[in-house]
Amino acid sequence: MSEIAAPAALEPAELERLREIARRIRVEIVRTVDHARAGHLGGPLSAADMLAVLYFHTLRIRPDEPDWPDRDRLILSKGHSSVGLYAAMALRGYFPLEEMATFDAVGSRLQGHPDMLRLPGLDMSTGSLGMGISAGVGMALGARLGGRDLRTYVILGDGECQEGEVWEAAMVGARYRLDNLVAIVDHNRLQQFGWVASAAPERIPHPPEAPGELVAKWSAFGWRVMEVDGHDIAALVRTFEAAARPDGRPVAVIAHTTKGKGVSFMENRYYWHTRAITPEDFAQAMRDLGEDAPDAVEGAR
Amino acid sequence: MTLPMGRAQREIFGETLTEMARTDPRIVVLDADLGSSTKGDIFEKAHPERYLQMGIAEQNMLGVAAGISTMGFVPYISTFVSFAVVRPLDQVRVLIAQTMANVKITGGYAGLFTGQAGKTHQIVDDVSIMRAMPNMVVVSPCDDTEAREVLRWSITYDGPVYIRLMRDATQRLFDDGYAFRFGEVVTVREGRDVTLVSTGAQTARVVDAADILAADGIDAHVIHVPTIKPLDVDAIVAAAERTGEVITIEEHSIIGGLGGAVAETLSERRPTRVRRIGLPDIFTESGTNAALLDLYGLSAPRVAEQVSALLRRA
Repeated sequence: MSEIAAPAALEPAELERLREIARRIRVEIVRTVDHARAGHLGGPLSAADMLAVLYFHTLRIRPDEPDWPDRDRLILSKGHSSVGLYAAMALRGYFPLEEMATFDAVGSRLQGHPDMLRLPGLDMSTGSLGMGISAGVGMALGARLGGRDLRTYVILGDGECQEGEVWEAAMVGARYRLDNLVAIVDHNRLQQFGWVASAAPERIPHPPEAPGELVAKWSAFGWRVMEVDGHDIAALVRTFEAAARPDGRPVAVIAHTTKGKGVSFMENRYYWHTRAITPEDFAQAMRDLGEDAPDAVEGAR
Repeated sequence: MTLPMGRAQREIFGETLTEMARTDPRIVVLDADLGSSTKGDIFEKAHPERYLQMGIAEQNMLGVAAGISTMGFVPYISTFVSFAVVRPLDQVRVLIAQTMANVKITGGYAGLFTGQAGKTHQIVDDVSIMRAMPNMVVVSPCDDTEAREVLRWSITYDGPVYIRLMRDATQRLFDDGYAFRFGEVVTVREGRDVTLVSTGAQTARVVDAADILAADGIDAHVIHVPTIKPLDVDAIVAAAERTGEVITIEEHSIIGGLGGAVAETLSERRPTRVRRIGLPDIFTESGTNAALLDLYGLSAPRVAEQVSALLRRA
């Protein structure tokens, strides 16, 4: 029901470059949320590798010409992971890295949820779940009607797939055979709060899907489904390359990920969806991410 | 004298967009399976490649509208107000208003006339909702002539516009020479005793009511407000200064719509007593158009009756 992209050669140097970028995105996520004392951690960290591959390898974009009409489009439908998107965009050159310090603050171009009227390079404002994929369907339709050879990528959360609008969009995307549209589901299997377990006070913050269910759902809606380890940079590169070969169906990439990836004590812990970081946490996170001591000291100020 | 009947605004919707799209390749219509009702089907016949069927999935449709607008197209929405405004309200807010998307939310079946569909389809708080939304323009044309002019104007405005259109034929107030001026009211009758402010198809019934009132010796000044937001504040103030008494009449809830807008304006700018005729704080019911207008006090005779009672009570 789903395909897995065949291995293909990726230059070791390119692989190393993308890995380092993903690491730096994670460092910026933790540093920025620590500085702002607000923002999400688990979701941005799980999406860091796909953001690195998209912004530094896959997307046809011009950071110095953010409105270039023929650019590929990217929509972060899970808008609460904005800090990860901003980190990728800053590193790619859309705005100075120092601006990350303004995240979430009054007057900032880096709003809590992406605001396209404030920050050039954002293709859509998001923040209310389920909507980005509809806008993506609109862009893919518009690209086809306008005869533009470009692709639209939409990053969704797995919890977000509980929104009915996602499936409305899936229905229309398949109906119009939008093979210039790629939905990437960050399948980290954790959401913010979830359900109460029978053995209270435990919680079950997993989306209700059984393993494989998301693949079955997107397939049933007529999408071409690909599965990938969302932290395997080479596999992500191959998957996005394969997704770009049109076959008349929109593509859903189910990226199996770990929420909080890269920071030992955040991995797979639902309560790190969003949470304030203590100085000790910060120092540990920086060590986990391979940052030098001076940066770790920064958190203990 | 009673104003003659004009054509249905929904037919004007289908025909005018079809004609506009002949010279403007940006225009697309997004339909939620109601093209045969909204008369979007006229457009589909002429421009099938630009008629995008979205199925019975309105939240997605409004999101698609936002997305396709960023690709240089100007989408017009083909569905009822209930499914163009109320059901997908968060999509309208986040994806269209917050992004200043160049999307025209053309809601058919505004007000009471829904082909006897009743409460679910009769949306009488849409003006209140859309007025309160930043970046949103709200226009409520009176008749077929004005609906055509508003649609033609809408493509010249870069941003979200909500156009409130009626299902059925309504009375014609304006002749072919009429030119819609965005953001301006139209004084349709000069008078001294009371200012009657109305919008949408209701204005024609208010003009007829003014004739009835004239026979009773009440000389009403009648103002038509096609653009509810942004409101022509100076014109409303000037009319209030002229007559003192102000009464608003609308085929809409008296809470937050035209009556609300006029009352807010005059309280701040020129304190004047404003009394509101419209739908009270209730859900409406199904019935023939004539029966509904009579039931809710919006037919010309019922308006005249209420206005003269209010003035006597002054």
